[in-house]
Amino acid sequence: MQDNAAKPANDKKASVGTTGHEWDGIQELNTPLPRWWLWTLYATIIWAFAYWIAYPAIPLVSSFTKGALGWSSREAVVADVRDLQTLRGPMTAKIEATSLAEIESTPELLSFARAQGAAAFAVNCSTCHGAGAQGAKGYPNLNDDDWLWGGTVDAIHLTLQHGIRWDADKDTRASMMPAFGRDGILKPNEISATADYVRSLSDLPVEKGADLALGATVFAANCAACHGEKGEGLQDVGAPKLNDKIWLYGSDKALLIERMTLGGGGVMPAWSARLDAPTVKSLAVYVHTLGGGQ
Amino acid sequence: MGIMDGIYPKKLRFGEIGLSVVMAVLAAGAIIVAAKAWTPEYAFHAYLFSAAAVAAIFAIANRYTARDAATPQMIDGKPNYNFGPVKFATLAAMFWGLAGFTVGLYIALQLAWPMFNLDLPWFSFGRLRPLHTSAVIFAFGGNVLLATSFYVVQRTCRARLAGDLAPWFVVLGYNFFILIAGTGYLLGITQGKEYAEPEWYADLWLTVVWVTYLLVFLGTLWKREEPHIYVANWFYLAFIVTIAVLHLGNNASVPVSIYSSKSYIVWSGVQDAMIQWWYGHNAVGFFLTAGFLAIMYYFIPKRADRPIYSYRLSIIHFWALIFMYIWAGPHHLHYTALPDWAQTLGMTFSIMLWMPSWGGMINGLMTLSGAWDKLRTDPVLRMMVVSVAFYGMSTFEGPMMSIKSVNSLSHYTDWGIGHVHSGALGWVAYVSFGAIYCLVPWLWNRREVYSLKLVNWHFWVSTIGIVFYITAMWVAGIMQGLMWRAYTALGFLEYSFVETSEAMHPMYIIRALGGGLFLLGAIIMAYNLYKTIRSPEPAALGSRAALVPGE
Repeated sequence: MQDNAAKPANDKKASVGTTGHEWDGIQELNTPLPRWWLWTLYATIIWAFAYWIAYPAIPLVSSFTKGALGWSSREAVVADVRDLQTLRGPMTAKIEATSLAEIESTPELLSFARAQGAAAFAVNCSTCHGAGAQGAKGYPNLNDDDWLWGGTVDAIHLTLQHGIRWDADKDTRASMMPAFGRDGILKPNEISATADYVRSLSDLPVEKGADLALGATVFAANCAACHGEKGEGLQDVGAPKLNDKIWLYGSDKALLIERMTLGGGGVMPAWSARLDAPTVKSLAVYVHTLGGGQ
Repeated sequence: MGIMDGIYPKKLRFGEIGLSVVMAVLAAGAIIVAAKAWTPEYAFHAYLFSAAAVAAIFAIANRYTARDAATPQMIDGKPNYNFGPVKFATLAAMFWGLAGFTVGLYIALQLAWPMFNLDLPWFSFGRLRPLHTSAVIFAFGGNVLLATSFYVVQRTCRARLAGDLAPWFVVLGYNFFILIAGTGYLLGITQGKEYAEPEWYADLWLTVVWVTYLLVFLGTLWKREEPHIYVANWFYLAFIVTIAVLHLGNNASVPVSIYSSKSYIVWSGVQDAMIQWWYGHNAVGFFLTAGFLAIMYYFIPKRADRPIYSYRLSIIHFWALIFMYIWAGPHHLHYTALPDWAQTLGMTFSIMLWMPSWGGMINGLMTLSGAWDKLRTDPVLRMMVVSVAFYGMSTFEGPMMSIKSVNSLSHYTDWGIGHVHSGALGWVAYVSFGAIYCLVPWLWNRREVYSLKLVNWHFWVSTIGIVFYITAMWVAGIMQGLMWRAYTALGFLEYSFVETSEAMHPMYIIRALGGGLFLLGAIIMAYNLYKTIRSPEPAALGSRAALVPGE
């Protein structure tokens, strides 16, 4: 097939001829440009010129031609945002003017707030709390009635506004657990015994030979002030319940030792710095009505 | 040639001495850099440079002892073609192709099942993704372009490649660049510019290699025995020159220190973005379009044994393509900080680019006129013709996606991935496969590939793979775009990002399946080529083989 001599006659060759050259056995026909191809090329060029007249196109020294239609991408965005605000405006104003309790008791406002909250939650909150608000290790589940900082709609609203351990907000919920191990407040054997004791509070099995008596003593002296004498927790300082088998980081003894050693706690941004007031209110209503609100 | 040894005693050539000295200096300099390097990753690269330079000196010495005293340009009135570098680049293309497709399949699996990231930095998607794109575009595609350009320019000029060591320097130096780039990605060395990730020292090395490539190509054209330059060579030359310009413009960066792999680009802000996409888009235009059109212009008429459909069309569409393509980059930056006027120019030039692109498709397909029956019997030709069809499809889709209102839906979605892969798998890879299926028997003096039946299997398996891939990405991308912009009646976003990801998950699995089939096809091809090269040489060689003495 590479043999030049064996090249069969081509019908086209007779009618249009070749350019007369041959490279490594390849010839070129002298076929004219396909008309449809040429006219389509012309049409796209004419269309481009028309577009340059209609829209911003030609760069000048310190500016550019603005186009006959006066369109600009910045103004287009501004118009889109304005349209959206017009659509949401009346209801958003009502949300802003109405108390949280009243929003929840007015069906029209409640459904709007839940829609606004769901959209804001999906964009801002689901990264940590999960798309279904189911939580993850270190991030609480928001569907249940186990609340770290309070489950009333007002408490949720306050948490959303100012965040948790969010230094940029002076009203943030700031308290946190000491680093009992790292800072040398407790000895390793005391932490180990306390971890077993904490597990025993919710009837989880403890290690063989665990010194529960020591654990109880340490707990009473160091932990009970915040977590309660029986591990019932204290929402004022965000201290979780330790007797309900719901665990923020997990119930493994190793994890409990890690928490007691390092102390601290999770962080949530203060959303009032990022979102407008009605959106934060709607988020509070949305989270409160997920199922666990109090 | 034994007689010649007597007449011309063998001497070391200027190039052999000169390149050895340069390599010795490079080896010593790289050792110093390695010793003082700020990071172990950079030291590793410096040692690689040093080892490669030492290996080059040994290779030059080895070649000296093996070669004849003189290398004739012609033997018995026929050109003494230099096909050694062509053979190497052809095999390298197949190797890198398999590697690049495998990494592509792996990252497709990562997108469907993130556990494949293995929680190890070297296997994270962020590092493997540039490894995939560079391996398929620059390693596979680049070696195909090196192999075919060095083959085609010799055959269509009836002249031996210019330069003695230079063609080998180009081919080996380019593959060394690939090695530096690829290992750099895995070790976390990147300048973070898409399709231009290698850092400054790799860029400098590539510049030296690329300028040599240009000189070899120009020198061969200069020596040509044909009165005119064949159209394929225009496209190759446009590709080589423009890639050089793009590479220099987009890599104008200043290293922090000669002992550090890190550098900073001189462009800033939106200017940097514009330069980046001027580069990125024209990497598509001149590397993946002009270069592979050159392949089409030689291998399709050669395989079909038909004249090119229209010389006039080739000349008009060549210049139109070259002129229009270079302006189209801003369509990658619609609805960004890029000024409106630049966005307009990018979009309108993309629309005007439609017909210039299709000129190549028409010339490729219509060259088949009078030989359409061969599509039934010759799977190699069928592969190349289907590649031209995919080329036509993606060069229509591209201008369409550049229209701002379409782009507002398609941009940042998987539609872009689908578009790229219809061009990459359907056009670039298929025309490359076709060319390699032609080249290997020609280079190794075989009548035909080992098994056309296996080529047929390769064709069907990978075609089904491509269809799975691009349809999955179209559905995923358009769905993703529509979900992102969906508002409820109350004026709130309907879906969160994670909901769009969840909706696309089945499409990601189909995409991985398509990629797997494409890889399977390439494995069949590699086996077929291996058997072709290892099969016994036929006793009587065809006319083409007789022109290839000494290789």
